[in-house]
Amino acid sequence: MKSNDSASPRVMIVDDEPNIVTAIDFLMQQQGFQTASAYNGAEALRMMEAFQPDLLILDVMMPVMDGYEVASSMRKEDKWAGTKIIFLTAKGAEKDKSQGYGAGADVYLTKPFDNKALVEKVRDSLDLDW
Amino acid sequence: MSTLVVVVASLGYLVLLFGVAYFGDKRALQGRSITNNPFVYALSLAVYCTAWTYYGSVGRATETGLEFITIYLGPTLMAPLWYILLRKMIVIAKSQRINSIADFISARYGKSAFLGSAVTIISIIGIIPYISLQLKAVSFSFDILTQQGGPQAFFEGTSFYQDTAFYITIILAAFTILFGTRHLEVAEKHEGIVAAIAFESIVKLVAFVSVGLFVCFGVFDSPIDLFQQADKIEELRNLFVIDQNHGSQPWTWAWLTLISMSAILFLPRQFHVAVIENKHPNHVNKAIWLFPLYLFVINLFVMPIALGGMMEFSGQNVDADTYVLSLPLAYGNEYLALLVFIGGLSASTSMVIVATNALSIMASSNLLVPLLLRTSAIQGDFVRDVSGRLRSLRRLIIIVILILAYVYFISIGQGTSLVSIGLISFVAVAQFIPSMIGGLFWKDGNMVGAIMGLLAGFMIWAFTLPFASLVQAGIIESELIEKGLWGIDGLRPFALFGMEGMDKVSHSAFWSLLVNAALYVIGSLYGKPSVIGHTQANLFVNIYKYTGGQTESAFFRGKAQFVDIRLMLNRFLGYEHSNDLLNRYARNHNLELEKIKEASPHMVLYAEKLLSGVIGAASARLLVGSVVKEEPINLYEVMNILDETQQLMRYSQELERKSEELRKATLDLQSANERLKEMDALKDEFITTVTHELRTPITSIRSFSNILYDNPALEDEKRAEFLAIIIQESQRISRLINQVLDLEKMESGHADWNLTQLDVGLVVQESVRRLQSLINEQEIKLHLDLPNHLPLIRGDKDRLMQVVINLLSNAIKFCKPDRGVVNVRMVYTDEDLILKVSDNGEGISPEVQPYIFDKFTQFTDHRSGRRQGSGLGLSITWRIVRYHRGSIEVESSPGEGATFTVTLPLSETRRLPMKTPSFNRTP
Repeated sequence: MKSNDSASPRVMIVDDEPNIVTAIDFLMQQQGFQTASAYNGAEALRMMEAFQPDLLILDVMMPVMDGYEVASSMRKEDKWAGTKIIFLTAKGAEKDKSQGYGAGADVYLTKPFDNKALVEKVRDSLDLDW
Repeated sequence: MSTLVVVVASLGYLVLLFGVAYFGDKRALQGRSITNNPFVYALSLAVYCTAWTYYGSVGRATETGLEFITIYLGPTLMAPLWYILLRKMIVIAKSQRINSIADFISARYGKSAFLGSAVTIISIIGIIPYISLQLKAVSFSFDILTQQGGPQAFFEGTSFYQDTAFYITIILAAFTILFGTRHLEVAEKHEGIVAAIAFESIVKLVAFVSVGLFVCFGVFDSPIDLFQQADKIEELRNLFVIDQNHGSQPWTWAWLTLISMSAILFLPRQFHVAVIENKHPNHVNKAIWLFPLYLFVINLFVMPIALGGMMEFSGQNVDADTYVLSLPLAYGNEYLALLVFIGGLSASTSMVIVATNALSIMASSNLLVPLLLRTSAIQGDFVRDVSGRLRSLRRLIIIVILILAYVYFISIGQGTSLVSIGLISFVAVAQFIPSMIGGLFWKDGNMVGAIMGLLAGFMIWAFTLPFASLVQAGIIESELIEKGLWGIDGLRPFALFGMEGMDKVSHSAFWSLLVNAALYVIGSLYGKPSVIGHTQANLFVNIYKYTGGQTESAFFRGKAQFVDIRLMLNRFLGYEHSNDLLNRYARNHNLELEKIKEASPHMVLYAEKLLSGVIGAASARLLVGSVVKEEPINLYEVMNILDETQQLMRYSQELERKSEELRKATLDLQSANERLKEMDALKDEFITTVTHELRTPITSIRSFSNILYDNPALEDEKRAEFLAIIIQESQRISRLINQVLDLEKMESGHADWNLTQLDVGLVVQESVRRLQSLINEQEIKLHLDLPNHLPLIRGDKDRLMQVVINLLSNAIKFCKPDRGVVNVRMVYTDEDLILKVSDNGEGISPEVQPYIFDKFTQFTDHRSGRRQGSGLGLSITWRIVRYHRGSIEVESSPGEGATFTVTLPLSETRRLPMKTPSFNRTP
C-alpha cells in the first residue's frame, strides 16, 4: 500500500517481474491511485483481504499460482464481484485470451504494453472520466 | 516250297537282322548313332504292327468289315496328344532312369515295390496271349508255306517236338536272348535292337504292300476292278456298312479305339521303344505324323486283300487269317509268298524280341531282384559281381515267358483268331490308363488309389476275358458263363450286372476300366500318400519344373560310405562300366575319386538312378537304402521344398512377412512422425518460451522508455533508477539471445569448439576471480579446495569456464541469504577429474531434480516465490560437459543445499575429435 487516500481507486499489481511491477506502479500512482503489488498469485490473494482492491492488473505466468487461478478463485467469491480484473501478459494467442476472459477477466492486454493504453483501460474499467 | 529253303531263308533273315543290330550297336559305340533320328524312332514305334496286323487284320476284316481299323484309329487319334503325353513320359523316364512301365508306375507312386510287381504280373499275364499270337502266326505261316511246296511229314505229329511252333519258340527265345541281354543297363539303351526293329518295320511294310499290289493288279485288273466285283456280292458289300445288324456296333468301335489308344503307349513293348529307347524328346514331334502315316500305308491294302481272298477262296475252307500268304501261293507266286512269310516273321520277331525283353526287365527288376534282395541272396556277399547273375536271370525269364506263351498257344490259342487273342492283351494293358494318366497329371493320385484300381480292374479283366475264355474253350468245366459266378446271375462273365448285348471285349473293357478308374480316384482321395509318394508325385506331375535342377537332392539327405556305393555299382553294373560312370561323375563334379570318403546325397541319388536303370526304381531304392544312413526328413520339409501349394504358401508367408515388415515400417514411420510432431511441439514450446522470455525485458524497456519520454520533468533519482533498469533489461535480452544461440549451435552440432590442453584448476581459479565481486557483495564464504598439481585434459577453455561460472553463480544465487557458504572442490583419480560445487541453500526439491538440465527449467527463489534465470544455464552446462565425454549430477535434499558434481574422464577427453560431433539428444 503506497497511498492512504481512501477516496482514490485501489489498484493491485500482480507480476513476478519486479521491473514491470515498478513501471506499472509508477503509472498507476501518477493517476493518483492507491497501489499494492504482489509477486505471485498466492501472495496476491493473501494481500487482497487487507487491501480490498477495486482493480487487479494480473500477469498470467507466475510461480506458485498463476493469473488464471487467481481470477477463477476471485470470481467464485461474491465479495470480489465488483473487483475488475485486467490481464496483462506476454501470452497473446487467441486461446489464451479466451481462457483469460473465461477465468473472469474484464480486459485482456498483452505485453509489451503501451503505457497510455494501459492507463486508459484501467480508467475505463473503473468508470473514471478523464 | 521246300522246308529247307524256308528254314534257310528264315535263318538267313534272322542273321541279317542280327547284323543290322550289330551294326547299330557298333555305330553307337563309335558315337555315330544310326538310330538317333525321328525316322528310325517312328519306324521303331511300328513294332505296334505285329502278326496281328500282318495276318489278323485281313481275317478280322472278313468278319466285321472296317472294324479292324479301330486298332489303328486309336493310335492315330492319340498321336497328336503325344506332344503332351509322350514327351512328358520321356522326360520323366530319363530323369528318373526308369526301365519299364512297371518301374514307371512304381516310381510314380512312391517307388512302391508292390505296385511294381503288380504291374509286372498284370503285364506278363496280359501279354502272354499276345506273344502266343505271334508264335501261332509264324508257325501256321511256316506250315502253309512248306505244305504247298513239298513233303510235310517232318513236322507232322502231335508231340511238341514235332510241332513247328515249339521250334519257333526256341529259335525266338535264343534270338531274343542274343539281342536283348547283351547290355544290362536299360537306360543306356539298346541301339542295335532299335535299328533291327526299324529295319523289320520296313521289311513287313514292303512285304505287305507287295501282297496288296499283287492282289490289286495281279489277281484283279485294278483296285477299281476289285471293288466293283466285290460290290456285286451282298455279303462283301455289307462289310463296309456299320450298323447293328452286321456285328460291328458303334459301341464296339468306341471301346476298341479307346483301348488301342492306350495300347500304343502302355503296352510294355510300346513303352519300351517309345519311352525307354527314345533318343530325344523332340523325335516325338516328327513321329506324331510319321507313325500314323505308316499305319495308314500298311492298312491301305487290308480291305482289298480281304475282299480278294473272300472272292478267291469262296466256298473253300481257308482261314481268313492266312489270306495274305494263301493268295500268292494260290497264284503260284512262291517268291512273293516267301517274301510275305519273311514279312510276317519280321512282324512277329520284332514284337517277341521287344515284348519279352521288356517283360524280362520288368520281371527281374520288380519281382526277382526285390525277392533276392529281401532274402539276402545277393546281400550276402557284397564283393562279387552280380551283373552276370542278373543277366542269367533275365535270360531265364525270357525263356519262361516264351514257354508260357507256347503253352497258352497249344492249350487255347489254336482255335481262336489272331485278333481276338490280341484284344485280350489290349484290355489288360488298358488297366494302366488310370494310374498312368492320373500319375502324369493329377498330383493327388496316390499309391492306394493306384493299387486298388489296378487290382480290381485286373480281376474283372481276368474274370471276363481269359478265365471266361478258358471256360468257353472247355478247359475249365463250369456253368459259369450261363449261370454266373456262384450261380449269381449278375456275375455272368459276359454280362456283368445284367449288361448284355455287348461284345466280350467292350464289355470287359467297360467294366474293368469303370471300376479301375473309380477306385483309383476314390483311393487317391481317401488314401494318404507317404513322404516319398508325395515327392515322386510332384516330380512326375511337375517334371518340367525340375528337369535340369537337382531338386531331388534337396529333400534327400542320405549319405553313405563311398566304398559301399562303389561296391554296389561294381556288382550290378560290372567293374569297368561302373568305374567309367563314376569317373565321369567325378569329372563333371570336379571330384577326385580316390579322395572321396563319404558319398554326398547327390552322389547317392546318382548311384540309385544308375542302379534303377538296371534293377528298377523300387529295387534300387531298397538296395541303396541298405547302405545309406538317411537323415529323417519330415513331410512338412518335403512339402516345403516341393509342393506347389506349399510353395504358394511359402510365397504367401513371404508376402505376409513383407507386409509385416511394411506394417513395422509404417509403425516406425508413425512413431517417427510422432517424434517429429513432439519435437515440433517442443520447438513450438521453445519458441513460445523464448518469446516470452524476450517479451518480459522488452516490456520493461518499452514501458520505462515511455515513462522517461512522457515525463521529462522526472526527478533525477527516479530517472537514474529507470535508466538503470532499461540497461539491465537490455543486457538480459542480449544474454538470453546469446544463450539461445549457443544452445542451438550445440544441439545442431554447429558449435565451434576450441580444443586445447588445459589445466582445469586454472579455469576454476579464473572463474572464481570473475565472480569475486558478486561473492563479496553477497558476503558469501567461498571455500576453494584445489590440488597443487592437476593432470591436463583436452578441452575448450572458454566453455569449461562457462560451466564453472554457471555452477558457481547458481550456488551464489541460491545459498543462504546470510552466512552463505559455497564450497568448490576439485579431486582427480587415474581416470577422472572431479569438480564439486555445493551451496548451503534451500536445496532442490526431488520432483524438479530430474528436469533441472532441461531447457527453461527455472529455479524458484524460495524467498520471493519468483523464478530465477533464463532456464538455459544448466542445459548449456550439461551439453558442454557431455561434449567433453563427462557427466554432471546433482545431489540435494530440501533445506540441505545442493551439490553439483562434474566428472571429466581423462582418457576420453584426450581422444576428443577435432571436429565437432552433433548433439541431438536432450538430457
